[in-house]
Amino acid sequence: MSVLLGLFSAVSIVAGIVFFVAGTVGLLRFPDALTRLHALTKADNLGLGLIVLGLLPYSGSLGAALKLVVIWALVQFAGATVAQMIGALAAGEHPPFRGRRRR
Amino acid sequence: MIALVLDGGIALLTIGIAAWTIRAADDFAAVVGFVAYGLILTLAWTRLGAYDVALTEAAIGGGATGVILMRAGARVKPAPVARPSKRARILVGALSAAVAAGLSAIVLLPPQPAPSLALEVRQHLASTGLGNPIGGVLMAYRAADTFLETVVVLLALFGVWSLGRDAHWGGRAGPAPRPGEGGALPLFARVLVPAGIVIGIYIVWVGADAPGGKFQGATILAAMAILAGMAGRYPPGRSSLSASALPAFRSPAPSSPIRPASRSR
Amino acid sequence: MADALTLAAIAVLAAVALGLVRVLRGPSRLDRMMAVQLLGSGGVAVLALLAVASATDAILDVALTLALLAAFASVALARALGDARKDGGETGR
Repeated sequence: MSVLLGLFSAVSIVAGIVFFVAGTVGLLRFPDALTRLHALTKADNLGLGLIVLGLLPYSGSLGAALKLVVIWALVQFAGATVAQMIGALAAGEHPPFRGRRRR
Repeated sequence: MIALVLDGGIALLTIGIAAWTIRAADDFAAVVGFVAYGLILTLAWTRLGAYDVALTEAAIGGGATGVILMRAGARVKPAPVARPSKRARILVGALSAAVAAGLSAIVLLPPQPAPSLALEVRQHLASTGLGNPIGGVLMAYRAADTFLETVVVLLALFGVWSLGRDAHWGGRAGPAPRPGEGGALPLFARVLVPAGIVIGIYIVWVGADAPGGKFQGATILAAMAILAGMAGRYPPGRSSLSASALPAFRSPAPSSPIRPASRSR
Repeated sequence: MADALTLAAIAVLAAVALGLVRVLRGPSRLDRMMAVQLLGSGGVAVLALLAVASATDAILDVALTLALLAAFASVALARALGDARKDGGETGR
């Protein structure tokens, strides 16, 4: 049982690291701000999420596990907001208050 | 061995980011570098086992100071950069190196035994009812010092309040959310500010027996207040002491003709 | 176990530190901001890994504070950039 748990943790954490590396590679290699934003948000959400998922079995107590989940929720929410704001800036326009965007 | 690699990596990053920040091209880049420096320094303090300091660095260096510097930088008129002469730069470099060498000597080669009151602090900690020695120092042994810090900040606030121009007080605190800006920032503030307040109070509460305390918790609460102001969540008030008194919330250039939309409610 | 987690922390830190090159090069301010945001999330991940590796709950509190406030700094930077664009037609360099 604990071997299975250890395997699950290892796979999850390695996957999280892969997403962080992917985020960095995207940030460095993608051509413009919007595509780099795409790479960044993957690292934020999935990278941290998978690492937190892998750490949950070994967190030691229910309180610590809950804290890990809260941390992930905070980072995800903040990452989503920052992505929206950076996206609006990168696109160079603010969405209209009412009505449709003109392309 | 692995710990050495981690610590060495953090140390190199710290120095690298600091060097880059000093040579940054403009204000924005310097502030960004400073925030990054705060983040890496948090890791360094954590590895050193100074969790209270790491908490403070995360709260202040990682978040609050970056915002304050940003707002201040936006207010300062861009002045022509005056490059100091080569001789001045060499002199400053030599002085900084001397200070760094002095500090390193004190830290790496302390007089034996190193003068410290840590033993007495621990011995008498039980009588204060606290489990965190740093909390004991701040709240019990040096309580007057902590209280007077608050008094100093209040005096500074009164000074700014008295000396600031009347035109800067009252009205909406912080820039108004522009029409069409969308719901990202107000939604963020709506959800995060209550959560942040709970977390701030939690950090104060947990600081009794574990790393934490009033300093870090108060910084979190202040950051939440700034966030609420940034998102325009404060109702406009006429010379209200709480919101508009704090310079961080003032809209820049109230007489600027460029943004007529922000003058409306 | 602890060693493996510390190794993972090194990996995340290395990956995220490489992203800092974007702060160096980033032609626009947005790029610099994004690299710092990545450093923030990476820092939180490193702290979480270290917390479980050393079974210290205090590090989780540090990670919690960092998560709360690093995003706040990014939002403030983005907001300041938006203000600058609106006011003076800032090109974002």
